[in-house]
Amino acid sequence: MEKEKLIWMYRQMVRIRQFETKVSELFAQGRIPGFVHLYIGEEATAVGACANLRQDDFITSTHRGHGHCLAKGGDMKLMMAELFGKETGYCKGKGGSMHIADVDMGILGANGIVGGGLSIAPGAGLSAKLRGTDQVTVCFFGDGASNQTTFHEGLNLASIWKLPVIFICENNQYGISLHQSKHQRIADVADRAVAYGIPGVVVDGNDVMAVYEAVAEAVKRARAGEGPTLIEAKTYRWRGHFEGDPTVYRSEKEVQEWKERCPIARFKKHLLEMGILSEADIEKIDAEVAEEVEAAVRFAEESPLPKPEEALEDVYA
Amino acid sequence: MRELTYAEAVREALRLEMRRDPSVFILGEDVGKFGGCFGVTGDLWQEFGEDRVRDTPISETAIIGAAVGAAATGMRPVPEIMFCDFLTVCMDQLVNQAAKMRYMFGGKAKIPMVVRAPVGGGISAAAQHSQSLEAWFTHVPGLKVVMPSTPADAKGLLIASIRDDNPVMFFEHKLLYPVKGEVPEGEYVVPLGKADVKREGSDVTVVATSLMVMKALEAAEKLAAEGVSVEVVDPRTLVPLDEETILASVKKTGRVVIAHEAVTRSGFGAEIAAIIAEKALDYLDAPIKRVGAKPAPVPFAGVLEKYVLPGTDDIVAAVKEII
Ligand SMILES: Cc1ncc(C[n+]2csc(CCOP(=O)(O)OP(=O)(O)O)c2C)c(N)n1
Ligand SMILES: [Mg+2]
Repeated sequence: MEKEKLIWMYRQMVRIRQFETKVSELFAQGRIPGFVHLYIGEEATAVGACANLRQDDFITSTHRGHGHCLAKGGDMKLMMAELFGKETGYCKGKGGSMHIADVDMGILGANGIVGGGLSIAPGAGLSAKLRGTDQVTVCFFGDGASNQTTFHEGLNLASIWKLPVIFICENNQYGISLHQSKHQRIADVADRAVAYGIPGVVVDGNDVMAVYEAVAEAVKRARAGEGPTLIEAKTYRWRGHFEGDPTVYRSEKEVQEWKERCPIARFKKHLLEMGILSEADIEKIDAEVAEEVEAAVRFAEESPLPKPEEALEDVYA
Repeated sequence: MRELTYAEAVREALRLEMRRDPSVFILGEDVGKFGGCFGVTGDLWQEFGEDRVRDTPISETAIIGAAVGAAATGMRPVPEIMFCDFLTVCMDQLVNQAAKMRYMFGGKAKIPMVVRAPVGGGISAAAQHSQSLEAWFTHVPGLKVVMPSTPADAKGLLIASIRDDNPVMFFEHKLLYPVKGEVPEGEYVVPLGKADVKREGSDVTVVATSLMVMKALEAAEKLAAEGVSVEVVDPRTLVPLDEETILASVKKTGRVVIAHEAVTRSGFGAEIAAIIAEKALDYLDAPIKRVGAKPAPVPFAGVLEKYVLPGTDDIVAAVKEII
């Protein structure tokens, strides 16, 4: 892979980490209202996947969507402004964290309904097929979402119509408080691919290169008209389900073990060893991203609130 | 009398009914050890174990479907749907299955189940976590619809709902969960289909549901200071509806405002207004007024949300328009 791409991937992961860390602080200070679900610990999955996508490809995202949005090319300033509920935000303050979207960038929205994207992604795939383009759609969803009816119906439809969709299950092992072992009998969600006659691939979701390669193969298949793939990325969320979750359902030891498998530290080590980045380069990227995050917060803070009456706009086209 | 929060009152009703009747059980997402997304089921799993306080996968279709199947075969399930907005995921199970089985089978089955779900906005949870969808269910014969506004009513109505042999939609308002009030001890039952006059008055009737009852009482207080006497009627259950109490109040005051948090258009207020128009038109001295959410999804930003959702001031303004 080209050096630039590797560095881009590293930078994206750092952007997600720093953005989320800042959001966590701001939420704790009461400066961001509503619900926020952070992606810290899972950065390699969004970045490894989106590194395969063009701007005109699509993604469907989830309630834990900040990472997907950034990796697909979302604008950090507009995201932060949306989290603050400002007029300049992605959704003019109407959506908030759970509904950030950038349709021009192919980001078909975060989603407040677990499993919501699983039914929409096949539609985006169908559209590409009918319009005769080679655009693909990546559908991100959680292990918990794999038990919704939309999982079955979405994968079935995509498989019979050979739709260009890559289903990526971000298996972070919990749906809120319920461990995967208590919400499904199987250990690998990817096993379910058999039921749809499509490839099912398990990948280390904390290894950005492994994710990249698995998704590259699936994207190739999709663009060639060979249909969908189900990829399961094994990963872990470091934070609670939502900010403020007391996380009584898991042990501190488990969290620590996963922190030791930090996807960013791991990729950094790899890049240093390969001589692609030096310690100085890394510091520079970290500092640049920190400045980008600060600028996003400033932008959000300085932006005006929406006017109340605007609440009634955008209901219909 | 001792005080409980609305959430504690719901929990007490669940606890008492589960002790009394072994066929009562809870199922839903994170209702077990986690205690429920809003903490309502709390420590119930400790007393009743994970068989009767059952964590489910994120599968609303299966939750309600399983409740229907269990109810049809001798159990009394009390499923929790984390936000009423997610009822959309299991509409078939509610509307085509639970509501109609008994009727379609010629009266041969009964479906005693209570679906608990929080409604309402006010916490910047945005469009998919803030709705009040009760009117959808009032439109479906076979379902009962309950909306308590106080801790005591929450307890009494939930006990009555669990003992009822029909599917009951039990809507709790998220902003009411921490609200405290006096709650009778023991098996306190509030029968379904009985409205409650929450405040007596003589000039205007405000028929309000759920959180809007609190707001109507605040409005009544403000208006009292200006010499306007407001009567606040809380139907408590929308199906069955206590028309008599509402009509009696309207006949007394000759003026009525109907307030709910759901979107005004095609909200349950339209039904109440129609009943009043049909049965008490001659008693009215002014047009019927409705207060509800403006016709938009519930937005995220506080300023927008506040604009869309109805509040105390909207009730005050509506009353002033007709006196
Ligand atoms: C239809 C629906 N049911 C329940 C919820 C509440 N909810 C939000 S996130 C979540 C857990 C999702 O778990 P998973 O799919 O594994 O994603 P993760 O949060 O782990 O990223 C639940 C139950 C919801 N938003 N939508
Ligand atoms: Mg999960």
